[in-house]
Amino acid sequence: MSAETTVPEALSLTEHVTSFAFGEHVSGACFLGEIVGFALGDGRVVLRQGEEAREIAAHSGAVQVFAHDSHALYTGGDDGRLLRIEASGTVETVADESGKWIDAVAASPAGAIAWSAGRSVKARDKAGAVKEITAPSSVRGLAFAPKGYRLAYAHNGGASLWFPNASTPPEFFDWKGSHLDVTFSPDGRFLVTSMQENALHGWKLIDKKHMRMTGYPAKSRSLSWTHDGKWLATSGAEACILWPFADKDGPMGKAPRECGVRRARVTAVASHPKALVTAIGYDDGCVLMCRLTDGAELLVRRASAFTGAISALAWNRVGARLAFGTAGGAAGWLDLPPLR
Amino acid sequence: MSDKIPVTVLTGYLGAGKTTLLNRILTEEHGRKFAVIVNEFGEIGIDNELVVGADEEIFEMNNGCICCTVRGDLIRIVEGLMKRKGKFDAIIVETTGLADPAPVAQTFFVDADVGAAAKLDAVVTVADARWLLDRLKDAPEAKNQIAFADVILLNKTDLVTKEQLQEVEARIRGINPYAKLHRTQKCAVPLDAVLGREAFDLERILEIEPAFLDDEEGHHHDHGHDRDHDHEHQGGHHHHDHHHGNEGNGAGDGAKDHSHKAHSHGGLKHYHDEEMQSVSARIEGEVDPEKFMPWINELTQVKGIDILRSKGILAFKDEPKRFVFQGVHMILDGDLQRPWHEGEKRESKIVFIGRHLDEAAIRAGFLACAA
Repeated sequence: MSAETTVPEALSLTEHVTSFAFGEHVSGACFLGEIVGFALGDGRVVLRQGEEAREIAAHSGAVQVFAHDSHALYTGGDDGRLLRIEASGTVETVADESGKWIDAVAASPAGAIAWSAGRSVKARDKAGAVKEITAPSSVRGLAFAPKGYRLAYAHNGGASLWFPNASTPPEFFDWKGSHLDVTFSPDGRFLVTSMQENALHGWKLIDKKHMRMTGYPAKSRSLSWTHDGKWLATSGAEACILWPFADKDGPMGKAPRECGVRRARVTAVASHPKALVTAIGYDDGCVLMCRLTDGAELLVRRASAFTGAISALAWNRVGARLAFGTAGGAAGWLDLPPLR
Repeated sequence: MSDKIPVTVLTGYLGAGKTTLLNRILTEEHGRKFAVIVNEFGEIGIDNELVVGADEEIFEMNNGCICCTVRGDLIRIVEGLMKRKGKFDAIIVETTGLADPAPVAQTFFVDADVGAAAKLDAVVTVADARWLLDRLKDAPEAKNQIAFADVILLNKTDLVTKEQLQEVEARIRGINPYAKLHRTQKCAVPLDAVLGREAFDLERILEIEPAFLDDEEGHHHDHGHDRDHDHEHQGGHHHHDHHHGNEGNGAGDGAKDHSHKAHSHGGLKHYHDEEMQSVSARIEGEVDPEKFMPWINELTQVKGIDILRSKGILAFKDEPKRFVFQGVHMILDGDLQRPWHEGEKRESKIVFIGRHLDEAAIRAGFLACAA
């Protein structure tokens, strides 16, 4: 319907977008080299390269959670299975927690993988050794630390940091409430969770100082650090909210920045891997690219009344391509035109 | 709005027959597809691929509301089920026998994402006709489940005598006179008795009169607090005099179903539950919203822990539409509904079911809201 974007037509990249329809909720998207992988609500994983598509009947039921590294994508289903799928289409069953949903999954650049089912959190290192720990409550968010084999898991009452290969108990970071997603700042100084209460919570790892980031009208479930690690782009408001993390105390006492202000809620954010640009997906299906230095916007995808909220958004490694998917089953990618 | 998935909550004390009802719902030929959220796998007799195991993970919301607990696992599961939208028509949540239905119900009002995707349809409680009386004495959970219910299946009626059945019904009505009550054996009820009730839908809160058991012998057991009758069965008789000193009296004063007066006094017992009871109050006219809103907010904030359910239909001064509200503990959901019909008596009525309710204070407080 009406695309309430603030950009004039001239600043549209829509002609560089390849679009198609899966007709199923898109749970995740990523690039594996030239291949674009999509994970769907009917359990399929589709690997596309141009017009060619390879379908893998990965799960019976939905792909609930999704992660990827540079070699493979990982899907967790409500069939309790966690799969590793390479660009070649090779499928490995990493885990089968039969009877339980896989609730969270995270991949580290070093090839480790972690997943949770209920209160059980497991991590598998590159060599294939699996370690398990039981969380105080169900875990919905996992993240590997940028350095070292260390895993953060979010739960009711806070988050915990665990060295899977050490016998030391996990380090607990407390804050009342239910914590959902979790992420480390790229420099490893901060830990941030999204919460049930329409807020983010952060801790400075070195002294466990708290950072409350509130004011969202909805839950903030998509978090993306800018490539320089100085900003955390977040969903959950009618703009992309960016919290400043450059200073030693992070965003404490500082106001966040907003970009891509529209009359629609941001549901997905993905920061460009090389430039201060964040791709922003909205609940009306619109996708914008926003340059943080001056707030300039480029239209990637128009709002659509029929395809639902943007549910997946990912750049390729060099930042030349952007894949997206929606809750209503639309998907596609942008090939950025060469710079003039 | 209309594409929100309806959610039916099945409660009932251990052994009452919840799983029997669930299996009946799932195996009946109805053409509907259900997503079923259960606590124990393996008891469900059919191969339904959309069966989800839950953990009954209850946590407090960090919103300053002390009784505001939600089911964290439900939030996660409903969110996950939405990825399979279109593959099922309704959700059924089976709680454990010891569960309090409130956190389940509250989840659908407190979590905005869940509330946008799904809507609570009704709380259906299965009660064991043979053992309920004992459980009401020794199991606070069982009493909670009866008090909270929109629909009660009084099950295993074949295992008790007629007198015992009347006794247990009277006990149920002493706690919750508003739920729709069905006598069953092996939970045999038409599915529309338990599904599609829209008990939490403001548009559907048309009347808040005590419900009656429409049993085959013609005994309509009204242990309610008003001398109203069941409008569903007595259509056309909408206006009677209601000047009864015992209105709101939790003890009940006898069966008052007008059409069956002659039968319904015969041998019936009427109970007042010392702990859990209902209170209703009526204003034969309009209410001042400037007085009512602060009053109801204050009442539910202060007494919300004890108030399990609340409902009301109100005539606000200078307002052509009916104001309707329903609540679970401290959470209130209210809106202007359809206009008052021409010739319809503009009156205001509220109902509470809860624990140790101060009836006199509630009635006085409400009456002071008269316009």
